[in-house]
Amino acid sequence: MDTFQTIGKSLQRKEGIPKVNGQAVYADDIRLENCLHGKTVRSTVPHGRIKQIRFGGDIHWNEFTIVLPSDIPGKNAVTLIDTEQPFLAEREIRHVAEPIALIAHPDKELVKTAHHYIHVDVEPLPAVFTMDEALQLNHVFKSYLVQNGDPSERWSGADLIVEETYRTGAQEHLYIEPQAMIATAIQGEQVTVWGSMQCPYYVQKALAPLFGLDPERVRVVQTETGGGFGGKEEYPNMIAGHAALLSWKAGGRPVKMIYDRREDMWATTKRHPSKTHIKAGFKHDGTLAVLDIDFLLDGGAYPTLSSVVLSRGILHAAGPYKCDCTRVRGRVVMTNSVPYGAFRGFGAPQSIYAIEMHMNRSAQELGIDPAELRRRNFLHQGDQMPTGQVIQEEIDLEMMMDRALELSSYRRKRTEFEEFNKRGETHRRGIGLSVFFHGSGFTGSGESHIGSEVAMRLTGQGGVEVLAANVEYGQGTNTVLAQIAAEACRIPPDLVEIHQPDTAAVPNSGPTVASRTTMITGKLVERASLELRKRLLEPDDFTTAARQYLAKHGELKVLVRYEPPAEIHWDDETYRGEAYAAYAWSCDVAEVELDLIDCTARATKFVSVVECGRVINPLLAACQIEGGIAQGIGLALYENVVLEQGAMKNNQFTNYIIPTAADVPEIQVEFVEFPHSNPGPYQAKGIGEMPIDGPAPAIASAVAQTLGGRFINEIPVLPERILSEVESS
Amino acid sequence: MQISLTVNGKNYQVTPPPMKRLLDVLREDLALTGTKEGCGEGECGACTAIMDGVLVLTCMVPICQAAGKHVTTIEGLAADGKLHPLQQAFLEKGGAQCGICTPGMIIAAAYYLEHPDEAEDIGEALAGNQCRCTGYTRIFESVKAAGVWDEC
Repeated sequence: MDTFQTIGKSLQRKEGIPKVNGQAVYADDIRLENCLHGKTVRSTVPHGRIKQIRFGGDIHWNEFTIVLPSDIPGKNAVTLIDTEQPFLAEREIRHVAEPIALIAHPDKELVKTAHHYIHVDVEPLPAVFTMDEALQLNHVFKSYLVQNGDPSERWSGADLIVEETYRTGAQEHLYIEPQAMIATAIQGEQVTVWGSMQCPYYVQKALAPLFGLDPERVRVVQTETGGGFGGKEEYPNMIAGHAALLSWKAGGRPVKMIYDRREDMWATTKRHPSKTHIKAGFKHDGTLAVLDIDFLLDGGAYPTLSSVVLSRGILHAAGPYKCDCTRVRGRVVMTNSVPYGAFRGFGAPQSIYAIEMHMNRSAQELGIDPAELRRRNFLHQGDQMPTGQVIQEEIDLEMMMDRALELSSYRRKRTEFEEFNKRGETHRRGIGLSVFFHGSGFTGSGESHIGSEVAMRLTGQGGVEVLAANVEYGQGTNTVLAQIAAEACRIPPDLVEIHQPDTAAVPNSGPTVASRTTMITGKLVERASLELRKRLLEPDDFTTAARQYLAKHGELKVLVRYEPPAEIHWDDETYRGEAYAAYAWSCDVAEVELDLIDCTARATKFVSVVECGRVINPLLAACQIEGGIAQGIGLALYENVVLEQGAMKNNQFTNYIIPTAADVPEIQVEFVEFPHSNPGPYQAKGIGEMPIDGPAPAIASAVAQTLGGRFINEIPVLPERILSEVESS
Repeated sequence: MQISLTVNGKNYQVTPPPMKRLLDVLREDLALTGTKEGCGEGECGACTAIMDGVLVLTCMVPICQAAGKHVTTIEGLAADGKLHPLQQAFLEKGGAQCGICTPGMIIAAAYYLEHPDEAEDIGEALAGNQCRCTGYTRIFESVKAAGVWDEC
């Protein structure tokens, strides 16, 4: 039995006090002298050619700083995976809300007024808004195929074939702090931005070519960040570039760009809408014989991160089941919608929704309980996934599912609800489940490509400081990295300081995405800590040894770089190999109540059993799971992005509905630990994204029970969709 | 237009345009940035404050309506350098994650600490304060730990 001083303890959030007393400094809280307020002029048509921009009205335009594409000193392209998306559209507009020009003025109110007097004349072009149209036109950004057999040869051997199509809509992140950035840019010299973001080095990479500067002349500092959920992965590149362009044009005056809520919801990325076709062949006993999945995503007008979202989507599409003949085809298409981007789960919630719905529906058609059907098909240690990856981890999905069934009284309730629903009351009850995994860290060879680095140094107090680029945005980076450093150095966690992410001070430990901070960056922190201990000659008393070292030598700083585990191999060409170095696993059970009068469904109880290796901080980990479940409940039942010309029409808190305090059910989270043979620090795996993968299929399947076994194959399960099922039954 | 108001026990004289939002006066004129803007239309609750004993959304209050009033914001809760029991509970129970909704959430909870009869349960009480991180479970536990709605 391992004994730890700090790991496994529910320490308080490290930056907690300023967050509860109002002293935490978010971007919009920073006061600057001589500051300009920036705003973006955006297109109102989905596709067209820009003819001219007119500055009208009774506005003293000479008092404004105005940036047009011709003012851009370097390359007019947001450097991400590719360089297809411009900072400002120059000739062609590809979506509504696309940035065209920038204005700034010292008077914030005047900027808002003046903005209405800028007219962009556009020659409209035909626009595409559906995935089917895009496919017909062959507007495909990226496609992948994962295959371990040929399904066409296997259908005849199946006793039952179940074939369905599942759809998910866009989802808005709705972080409570909108996108926010401040910049100063001195021509030919230096660009500095401070703001709300997940990936400081992404911003640096995007801005250096924009200004034709070496990356080290672009300094990016993360301010306290009020939520992100993927929405502050790539979009901050755009707003940082805009703020910096305005400052550059204004001779280096600071420029603040804070989106109001409507602009934020209208113009920024969302979760990719999806359409998944699944054809599955089963034996009479429920054994999965053949599985053929076609996974389609709407990427919107520019590629952004769509190719990697697609990749994660297909690599989670077959679920935690063993099947020796699986084919997963994935495609992401281009439409004239506002570009879709990173959102917690990154393609996996869409494909997991489809496979888990399909398992529940197939169970019904086979006449087998959904839990029992899963039990007959679960992956075990030593089994192969469709990429050929052999599960090395110790994992016991039967045990996890049994625990979730027990905590939720699933069997009893499933029968009771069946009886209750026959009574003809005005409401119905249902219970449903999902079982799923989520790969920790970047897909395939991603971690090797970015080669993350973490530095640590001794502090005058005899403790250590962690220098990493991973940000705290509510999920617990500061606390978890401090706990790992404290444990490895053998010092109290109070003696660990975490440097604010700042590209001028911290090395590039990679982006704060992909459930990678604890597992990948945390491992680097552990290694750097051990290196410090080694340099101090493995002291019994670290603090005294550190002070003595500093008195004698002045400084001790170490830098460690990511090294892939020896057994991890991935082939980007064939999509074969170890897709992820480790997986976290989970089983959700959801109860719902359906009101037949207004056709609303609500979640009434939720159980989640989670395996994520060793839990570094049980309180913060549970917070992550519960928050992800709440977002998953929103995805399942409420969160409906209404699109008009490819842009969000209901772009307000008033009419985009997320779960409130009055809507969330009792949520029970239980961790089980199989902390062996995974490459994380103290055998910890990622946890941030997985909790949003499972709620939608569990809830939607519970709704199916309320409807007498009729499945609605689209989320969110809105009252309108329920009504049409009720009416047609 | 000169307006006098008391914020966290301290009197201020300000001369903003009469329709300037109380939220902006707090943040810009008084440098009290603990009160946040999440939506600007009275839906998210991040800008919640207490004005003359009433819970208000400061993005919906023009400063002319705050003349002569007593306003309490998140900066006014801690006393003598000691956190308010609610602040302490949010810290210990995991009620704060990204922290952006936290000031408004704590202010709303502080109001119901004084007026427990005005809401049927904790969910109803805090339904006007949106949080996107927590799933509310830990917020409920934090509020309960500070003594509001022991039984719910």
